[in-house]
Amino acid sequence: MSDGLQYVGKPISREDGVDKVSGAARYTHDLSRPGMLHTAVLTSPHASARIVSIETQAAEALPGVRVVLTGDSLCYRLGLYMQDKCILARKVVRYQGEAVVAVAADTLDIAREACRLVDVSYEPLEPVLDPQKALEPDAPLVHPDLGDYDHMKGVFFPEPKTNIAHHQKIRKGDFDAAYASADVTLEAAFTNPPVQHVPMETHATIAEVRPEGRVEIWTSSQSPYTVRHLMSVAFGLPHANIRVHVPYVGGGFGGKAGLGLEPLAYVLARAAARPVKVVATREEEFNTLPSRQGLHAAIRIGATNDGKITALKATYTWDAGAYADYGVNIGRAAAYSGAGPYSIDNCWIDSRVVYTNKIFGTAFRGFGHLEILWGIERAIDMMARRLDIDPVAFRRANLLEKGDTTITGERFTAGHGNPVACVDAAAEAIDWGMPSAPPGTPHRVRGKGIAALHKAPAMPTYTSCAAVIKLDEDGAADVLISGVDYGQGTYTVLRQIAAEELKLPIEKAHVTWDCDTSFSPYDWQTVASRFAFMGGNAVIEAAADCVRQLKAVASQALDVSPEDLVCKDGRVFVDGIPERGLDYADLSLGYSFPNGNSIGGPIIGHGRYIATGLTHLDPETGQGLPAQYWTYGAHAVEIEVDTETGEIEILKIVTAIDAGKVLNPKLADGQVVGGVLQGLGSALWEGFRFDEHGRFLNPSFVDYKIPTAKDVPRETEQILLEYPQTGGPYGARGIAEHPMISVPSAVGNALFDALGIEFTALPLNYERILLRILESGERA
Amino acid sequence: MTHEIAMTINGQREQVQVPAGMTLLELLRERLHLTGTKEGCGIGECGACTVLLDGAPVTSCLILAVECDGRDVRTVEGEIENGRLSELQRAFIDAGAIQCGFCTPGMIMSARALLERNPDPSDEEMVEAIAGNLCRCTGYQAILQAVRLAAERARARDATGGGHLASDRNASPTLDRKGRER
Repeated sequence: MSDGLQYVGKPISREDGVDKVSGAARYTHDLSRPGMLHTAVLTSPHASARIVSIETQAAEALPGVRVVLTGDSLCYRLGLYMQDKCILARKVVRYQGEAVVAVAADTLDIAREACRLVDVSYEPLEPVLDPQKALEPDAPLVHPDLGDYDHMKGVFFPEPKTNIAHHQKIRKGDFDAAYASADVTLEAAFTNPPVQHVPMETHATIAEVRPEGRVEIWTSSQSPYTVRHLMSVAFGLPHANIRVHVPYVGGGFGGKAGLGLEPLAYVLARAAARPVKVVATREEEFNTLPSRQGLHAAIRIGATNDGKITALKATYTWDAGAYADYGVNIGRAAAYSGAGPYSIDNCWIDSRVVYTNKIFGTAFRGFGHLEILWGIERAIDMMARRLDIDPVAFRRANLLEKGDTTITGERFTAGHGNPVACVDAAAEAIDWGMPSAPPGTPHRVRGKGIAALHKAPAMPTYTSCAAVIKLDEDGAADVLISGVDYGQGTYTVLRQIAAEELKLPIEKAHVTWDCDTSFSPYDWQTVASRFAFMGGNAVIEAAADCVRQLKAVASQALDVSPEDLVCKDGRVFVDGIPERGLDYADLSLGYSFPNGNSIGGPIIGHGRYIATGLTHLDPETGQGLPAQYWTYGAHAVEIEVDTETGEIEILKIVTAIDAGKVLNPKLADGQVVGGVLQGLGSALWEGFRFDEHGRFLNPSFVDYKIPTAKDVPRETEQILLEYPQTGGPYGARGIAEHPMISVPSAVGNALFDALGIEFTALPLNYERILLRILESGERA
Repeated sequence: MTHEIAMTINGQREQVQVPAGMTLLELLRERLHLTGTKEGCGIGECGACTVLLDGAPVTSCLILAVECDGRDVRTVEGEIENGRLSELQRAFIDAGAIQCGFCTPGMIMSARALLERNPDPSDEEMVEAIAGNLCRCTGYQAILQAVRLAAERARARDATGGGHLASDRNASPTLDRKGRER
């Protein structure tokens, strides 16, 4: 191999494959504990209402009911960044679907029957549903006590007596002057609806509370340590009293980050003194648990006649829904990423996260970037046309390159990757500049579109991760780590890295499944496309620690200096004299001399990684270093539109991402192909619908369509570039979220190419497209 | 009101007392502890609970246990023979058709039903066969590739007069340390 790597970069199959194809993989859904109770929740039928009374006696009298809880008995306010949410609604309900009453009973049927016997009396209030209206001075306040809530200070800036949970600003250069003097200007607005993650395994948690306050939790989570920490803060328990297990997880996509059902399971288990299992129904997954936030984006761009963007202003109004959760951090990330992957000297961004009486928002694969780039990348195309410059050439002229600075003042270096190469690769693969072949049938037209993308992990400045490697009796290695592999394949990649660095055959390297905060070392949480990067670096360091220990013991056993030893194929030997050496199995528990004297001891390596050099952003200008690394990419698409039905067919979609280094091409391909189809879901079909009272209208797979096998594009192409990342393991950077980010933008741009109609609202469903075609026909 | 029913599940005769309202999915998961079959929606929309009833794919959340009296049920656990993965299961691993794995058992059963009635399916027939099984991770292409691969391998094996292919010989899950631990 030219790069000298034996396992890294190879298409190794997933180690969890056998469990998953055989049905042996146990998810939280599949687990039970002796004496375990089952639960049901009663949710609010109103988007905004005062709770007048809750009558629970009939439910409590039902045989088999063990506990009925209401918000009145639960004096806790929880939150990731903003402590604004009760476990069950107290005094008021803030969205239709909010949990109001919870029952734990011997069976699920009894728990559900008990919920039907609860009588809640509400006084409906006027809901605020539109985030733009929620900003008006006389708008009803979703959280009148916002000023009293504890929150992460210095990072988030709620505005008391308003619905603004957070306001992030970026100020670079002088937007007003630059816009006023621009040769050409553009002003446009775009919208995205809230969208659901739809993990195939709905959220599930089992909690067991032992006497004297020890708690054990099994949960479908991306964040074992964050769950433990937030539970500790919320309930005043020492961290050591809380043990969080994460077995196999059936998909997450951001929806299982932070806290989910764990607090509810805990308070029920505590009250019942029995283990309790809480499993979200599919309807609750849609309508009670959080979604992706909606967004209204107003964008202004100024440019010179020759195609240089001189000014960009974006006003992002996020529809946070009833609680802030991750929404405030998405608002923050959307600001520092808010101009797209471009070099812009004069930039002004306001990103406001606004409470409304709707289902609340949280992290979703891409963390706000699909939403903001829907606007930015459509606006870039509009501007290119206004300037009569080819959209690819216009992007090339403005994309970040070595020596540029980002809108937060970060210097762009060669070690950041190559956005221009991504756009070029995507353009070439779609035959950019060549007209589409004529469609085979009448009433169908074709078009091409392109869109760039970027995203960095949005994480605290102190984000860290540790790995432990322990060597077995037979010299095999077990990696302990508490990032979660909920399908991405990171554990397989970490296994490859461990084998590579330990010089072990891959069959002898393993990552231990089932995270357990009692045994696996700390990791912040598994989000933001940062696990392979940070976990990879931690495993490299842990392996080096093992190798150092192996050589130290072997040097005494072999009577040579450790510098003269090398490792290969699970063996330590004197460089150049392979027969003068020892197998790892002879050293892993300590070495015994022929006379019985023993040295060393069990070998356990430790590695860690902590984000370095990140800063808080200046509250007024947003200047600072928010990102450990950026990943750049582009999508290009060719579509065919049926002008009689509004149907879009994806003829070909290309994704070019600068991965830095592809650690496992098979798994990387899987991430891209899956991400692209998820992106097409956001582009073409998905979105929550609410009635005028704020009631959620489509909480099922019949009414909320996600892509099926019938929706696979005719052709999909993945191009993974390898411009190495400074500080990345083998030069790699994260690529998990990026495959879906600019898919809607590329499709929207292709739609204009095909129809000459500007679409500014997602999703681009048949209905919306057909109505616009009919409308434009009438106008013509 | 309970009923005494008898059925064959993965080749084993089972005799159980079930309440009238119990679904086949509940019987499998909660009574018989065959948790390989998953519940993704409980209302027949996602396909995660797909099993074979007399050889035909059904969403077991919509079938009452009492309807299965005297019938033959096969679940993903029944794919394993003598502790070894089936060719179809192996193809899912080799084709990279698994991510989170929650839809995988249902997918495998839908694919199994297809391959039994049609050992040489076209792409369209494969798409049709799994169109009722939702997957949020993979984008389906690798799953379709897995079905294609399994069909090709089965045909190649039949053409060479039976026996297992080299790739299938390595299929024993007991070779996998993690697999054995579970």
